[in-house]
Amino acid sequence: MKIGFLHSLIRFEEKQLLEEFRSRKGVDLVLIDDRKLSFDLETVPGIDVAFERCVSHSRSLYSLQFLELAGVPCINRASVARVCGDKIESSIALAKHEVPQPQLRVAYTEEMALEAIEDLGYPVVLKPVVGSWGRLLSKINDRCAAETVLEHKKLLGSYQHSIFYIQEYIEKRGRDIRTFVVGDECIAGIYRESAHWITNTARGAVASNCPITDEIAKLSLSAAAAVGGGILAVDLIESERGLLVNEVNYTMEFRNSIKPTGVNIPARMVDYVVASQS
Amino acid sequence: MAECPVCASEIEFEADTIKGELLSCPDCGAELEVVSIDPDEVEPAPELDEDWGQ
Repeated sequence: MKIGFLHSLIRFEEKQLLEEFRSRKGVDLVLIDDRKLSFDLETVPGIDVAFERCVSHSRSLYSLQFLELAGVPCINRASVARVCGDKIESSIALAKHEVPQPQLRVAYTEEMALEAIEDLGYPVVLKPVVGSWGRLLSKINDRCAAETVLEHKKLLGSYQHSIFYIQEYIEKRGRDIRTFVVGDECIAGIYRESAHWITNTARGAVASNCPITDEIAKLSLSAAAAVGGGILAVDLIESERGLLVNEVNYTMEFRNSIKPTGVNIPARMVDYVVASQS
Repeated sequence: MAECPVCASEIEFEADTIKGELLSCPDCGAELEVVSIDPDEVEPAPELDEDWGQ
């Protein structure tokens, strides 16, 4: 079985995954560095399946589409990358599948964004439509801050920053949950604890094991199914309305999650990729 | 043995180091990418882009 391992930088996660693939019999690994790629509309790459691990969303998305055009099955699929990589598409997909999530407003002008923010009520969270690791998130506590941030985004950001994604602020009591879904199983979860309102481990949040209850598993699987399924990390917020899905990630990072959960996450991911071709 | 392009320290690769891998210079802490093995070479890791990460 020839597995194309689509990557850019080799981070902790990619190294673990490569070691895992190399330990499997019958796996012929082909490393595909996205910085060395150029695509056309005709070439068929000689691989049986592509496993995507790029650090850049744009490169992932387009590479997966070209590979699928050439008839190569991809994990995750391009449609999953498209939905997960764009917060508006994710929110719409979750809503279509009636997966609970924080309240949302989207507006295209500062005037309408301000109206939407005041309608939701302070505080709110402004997020870039594309982006991660907790970057460029703004917690807006009052009208003055709203006006300032909206103006900055409009004038200093790319056109995408003028698509205003406004989310209800949920008091998380210092933590949220990230779960790991592989196929039809929620294999593990962590609490991400931080004194800061942003609880990404990339921003210093501390990971500890989160036991997977039936409720957590069910919601995680529903969220994964809503975006198209595959290998996914689901971020959950504990709110007064119950668990809410904050986002779903399609190139999941797990460096801080193996030790607290005791689950060999890369091995489970590789099992899934190998089984997909068996 | 690679040389850190930031502080010129010598960097010894582990036996399982692979091309493309990220590592930190033990002396100056610069984030580096392994671009060649035998000869061992590193370059400053690419700067973070807006659409990176999950």
